[in-house]
Amino acid sequence: MEKETAQVQGLMHPPDSGLGDVMVVGAGISGIQAALDLATAGFKVYLVEKAPTVGGKMAQLDKTFPTNDCSMCIESPKFIECDRHPNIEIMTYTEVEKVEGEAGDFDVTLIKKPRYVKEDVCTGCTTCVEYCPVNVPDEYNQNLSENKAIHIYFSQAVPLVTYVDEERCLYLKEKKCNICVGVCKNKAIDLHMKPEKVKVNVGAIVLAPGYDVFDPRVRGDYGYGRMENVVTSLDYERILCATGPYEGEIRRPSDEKHPHKIAWIHCVGSRQVIPGGNTYCSAVCCSYTQKQVILSKDHDADMEATVFHNDIRSYGKDFERFYQRAENLPGVRFIRSYVSIGKEIPETKNVTIKYATDEEGVKEEEFDLVVLSVGLKPPAGAQDLATTFGIELDDYGFCKNDPTNPIKTSRPGIFLSGAFQGPIDIPESVVTASGAGSLSGELLNYRRGKLARDRVYPTERDVTGEEPRVGVFLCHCGANIGRVVDIPSVVDYSLGLDNVVHAEEGLFICSTDAAQQISETIQEKGLNRVVVAACTPRTHEPLFRDTLREGGINQYFFDFANIREHCSWVHSREKEEATSKAKDIVRMSVARSCLLEPLDEYDLPVNKACLVVGGGLAGMTSSLSLANQGFDVYLVEKEHDLGGMARRLHYTLEGLDVQAYLGDLIRQIYQHPQVHVTAGATIVEVAGYVGNFQTTVLSEGRTKEIKHGAVILATGAEEYRPTEYLYGEHDRVLTQLELEEQITQGEEWLGEAESLVMIQCVGCRQEDRNYCARICCNQAIKNALKLKETSPERDIYVLFRDIRTYGFAEDAYREAANKGVRFIRFEPQDKPQVEAAGEGLTVTVPDPIMGKRLAIEADAVVLSAAVIPSANQQEVARQFKVSLSPDGFFQEAHVKLRPVDFAADGVFLCGIAHYPKHIREAVSQAYGAAGRAATLLSQDTVTASGSVCDVSESKCIGCGACISACTYGAIQFYETRHGNKVKVNPVLCKGDGLCNAKCPTGAIYLKHYNDDEVLAQIDAAVPDLEKVSS
Amino acid sequence: MCTGRIDLSFVLRAFSNGVDGVFIGGCWLGECHYLTQGNYDALSLMHICKRLLGHVGVNPERLRLEWLSSSEGMRFAEVVNGFSGQVRDLGPLGEGEGIDPDALRIKLEAITQLIPYVKLVERERLRVPLKSEEEYERFFASDEVIKLFDELVAGRLTISQILLLLREGPLSTRKISEALQLNPSEVSRHLNISARQGLVRYDEDQKQFALV
Repeated sequence: MEKETAQVQGLMHPPDSGLGDVMVVGAGISGIQAALDLATAGFKVYLVEKAPTVGGKMAQLDKTFPTNDCSMCIESPKFIECDRHPNIEIMTYTEVEKVEGEAGDFDVTLIKKPRYVKEDVCTGCTTCVEYCPVNVPDEYNQNLSENKAIHIYFSQAVPLVTYVDEERCLYLKEKKCNICVGVCKNKAIDLHMKPEKVKVNVGAIVLAPGYDVFDPRVRGDYGYGRMENVVTSLDYERILCATGPYEGEIRRPSDEKHPHKIAWIHCVGSRQVIPGGNTYCSAVCCSYTQKQVILSKDHDADMEATVFHNDIRSYGKDFERFYQRAENLPGVRFIRSYVSIGKEIPETKNVTIKYATDEEGVKEEEFDLVVLSVGLKPPAGAQDLATTFGIELDDYGFCKNDPTNPIKTSRPGIFLSGAFQGPIDIPESVVTASGAGSLSGELLNYRRGKLARDRVYPTERDVTGEEPRVGVFLCHCGANIGRVVDIPSVVDYSLGLDNVVHAEEGLFICSTDAAQQISETIQEKGLNRVVVAACTPRTHEPLFRDTLREGGINQYFFDFANIREHCSWVHSREKEEATSKAKDIVRMSVARSCLLEPLDEYDLPVNKACLVVGGGLAGMTSSLSLANQGFDVYLVEKEHDLGGMARRLHYTLEGLDVQAYLGDLIRQIYQHPQVHVTAGATIVEVAGYVGNFQTTVLSEGRTKEIKHGAVILATGAEEYRPTEYLYGEHDRVLTQLELEEQITQGEEWLGEAESLVMIQCVGCRQEDRNYCARICCNQAIKNALKLKETSPERDIYVLFRDIRTYGFAEDAYREAANKGVRFIRFEPQDKPQVEAAGEGLTVTVPDPIMGKRLAIEADAVVLSAAVIPSANQQEVARQFKVSLSPDGFFQEAHVKLRPVDFAADGVFLCGIAHYPKHIREAVSQAYGAAGRAATLLSQDTVTASGSVCDVSESKCIGCGACISACTYGAIQFYETRHGNKVKVNPVLCKGDGLCNAKCPTGAIYLKHYNDDEVLAQIDAAVPDLEKVSS
Repeated sequence: MCTGRIDLSFVLRAFSNGVDGVFIGGCWLGECHYLTQGNYDALSLMHICKRLLGHVGVNPERLRLEWLSSSEGMRFAEVVNGFSGQVRDLGPLGEGEGIDPDALRIKLEAITQLIPYVKLVERERLRVPLKSEEEYERFFASDEVIKLFDELVAGRLTISQILLLLREGPLSTRKISEALQLNPSEVSRHLNISARQGLVRYDEDQKQFALV
């Protein structure tokens, strides 16, 4: 590495070669995911972030919709994963100055901004922060609270070191004060630090600079910046958050009182054609507003919430139910109205809002607090970024991307991840991150693994013969647990339990410093068992097991006491009982932990082929991306032709010629030597497990067995066949897909048709299909525009409930309205009526604006029929042992952060089998699934759990009960002098433990869940009860 | 670990510890996350355990098995609240059934001792041919299985209780049947069988049975 300013030697940590495979620019959730996927797939990654810490916007959010997961809780384990990953070099407070070279060989010049604190010397003790005399507005808390001129960005920051606010530090401004330098025992502070230039060579770049929120201060929208009690939704996220300005209590800025009447105003800065606004829809605000309403009501059940909205755009998976949940809360009003701010009441600083409803006309109402649901905009400095990286921007100032592949920028070798491609939510940002990983992998496959290193852990301490020494770490989880459970009393209680030698609490036990502290405490106090009482093993067990390894003890000495999902979340209104239950849970966990044994894990070989089920756009895209990375792909399609649903699509709103694109893709599939297609195929049987699946496929009367290490399920979906609105009875009633086919074929009647009526939400957003099919609004507008193209004079009506043209499609909606397409809203309880009228039809619909029923003579009625799960979805789910959502689509492992993984290891998903989506979204997801599969397939081995069965030979009577219980064939007889005994092949054992319950002598036991461990927990559950047994 | 890992001894231990109800939550039938469909094993366990509990006079409704998926939070709350209410209505274990605490202790211990044997019986004789919830229900309620249970398990369970009681000292037939709240003629029949098998002996002088 070339260092041009030599006086700050050792600042880069750790010093290395300056040679990498991929540089990820931007360390928000998208950049983090891209870095993790690439690093795991065998590439050396530089993760560059201009802020003093990784985390991005997600770190500022309180919770995430629609599951209301705590945002920091699910994101921060990934910070630690990045920090600990041997193939990731994190460079914070660093900006890219120059990018030279080309795909495969980029020379990137970085400027490491001076922190004035030596990263590798600072311990994060924050003594300097205490002594610093200068208060500054805290940017992390949206300037709603204060911090010091030297501070740590937030408590889970990575790296967990301070930095100096250049503009506010008295020394840096006027050479006045350097107290901090004196109080720092480690001499970490250097107020003469200079920017450092660093050069790095990489083969590919992933751009993930994220987004900024619309700033209403610029135009003074809705009094923001003038009235103290008008805040943005991002301000409000901080207000809601336990680590926010009011420590998780909802207070308003003017007087820090609890507001009881809060209004939200939608579409601030979005869907506006006026100067300074953005014309597009920001896609996330409807759902995050509903989330804020639900959370506010959680804090204060009597709070009155009013949401002023335009269309409600609940287009995503489970968004519709989330909307209903918010809307059905008592004291919550959703009012469809444009609004303006009235005035600020001088005495109370309350704010009035003027709005209008059909029933009551114009009204003015007073609120304690007004939240502006601000939209998303391109990140600050996007233009400079474009110049530096040599990429183009689109008309909105976001990154211009390939219409067939939203992850590609205009410059080869530079890929796009996250919201720089336009307004998208967290799961899509994560999907594109994995997708960018896959595309980088295609480019750099030849150098995979060359720079990668393995993780090194301290030697494991042998604790044989030691008495159990249990450490209990209790987590407040911000306010998630701490608000309900009295944590300090549980700490005291834990200290009184047998074998517990240490107990402590933390705001977030999963933060980097807390995890590191656990490792240190293990060593200092000689702990040989660790209980973490916090959230769920589903998301956090790997992190804490890893922490035990860091602390030098076997990872199976860890036990998780879930006092969040199992306690504080379900008993939020019964604080005392919840505290007592938390004690029960901890006591059980401690009892179990004392009996835990050290276990070894097994390495299993990975078959480096992937099975892709479904040969539609998504399945083919995944297949090609994996094949381009050198993996063999077996593509299985149930029809005789590839193409899936896309065979019925011809054009998109973005102007893509779908058939040409599809034809090209199919050609590439058949030409690729590593893609093996089986069409007209049925899957007969699936056996095996991650890394080693065997799938039996029947095609043309013959069966064959495919061996593969990973699976991608891209089985598509179907168009609902309507039973309403005379469909199937009148031949001028057709679906949007049928209309598209007829437009493409140039049907004569269509050319002459003078009036068409489109009806939205057919077969969904109703009781039996309680979801929005996401694509139909765009589909209708697309077809309406196409029909207007050929004859602008004809009448087209779109009867809708909410128009959900989220993102840039909003412009197409506006274009359609401008071109005379009439949009008429109806309520679900008063649907349009369709009657036959000779060759044509009559549609009657209540017109809310005119206040009467409108009868429309139509040449055709076009139904926007829902996308529904395919008929064989259940069968596929059963075969691959994956879950379905309540609506019958595939259920991903985690809605936010594992959007293309299944809970079942080695199985991934993409396309509309997951949920209805547009072509570009399906393509993104297909690359994402390929990227995730590549992280597995690029490994030589996968690690199998140490929690498998074993047999105590002396107890075994050779009855074979266990053998007949084992579906995996993991148990076998062997002969001894004392007759037949059994033994377990640990590689085949999956740890279900069925054999244990069958064994009459207790000879066979499941490690980590053996009888003693389970019984200890049962005994500890109710120690105070009078025993029945003696 | 699967619901099929749940051992009879876990359930018995919980009751022996004095809990008033035991709840087992498992994945829906047919939605196994392994290959094994081990939740059917849990279903068998539930039927067998209920019969054992019922045989010693403990209300079988104190044991509940329900299928729940991870996405059914609301249902979970309803089911658990429902079961808690039901257990509350049943009253404390033993007291609700009118079983004397000492008798209850012996009865539960008798079942626990019999677990290895019950596992053998289950394996040899209580395999359900078809995998469906209704079929399991029908099978375990069938006359054939009830008869089988009476023949193979019920007698042993009674003898086991008697032997456990006699560990504390010799007792007359009447005292035994009072202590265990069992029918005197049944106790007498089992005592005679046990005497023939050499497990107990009759002390003519004391008119009492004692362990050999």
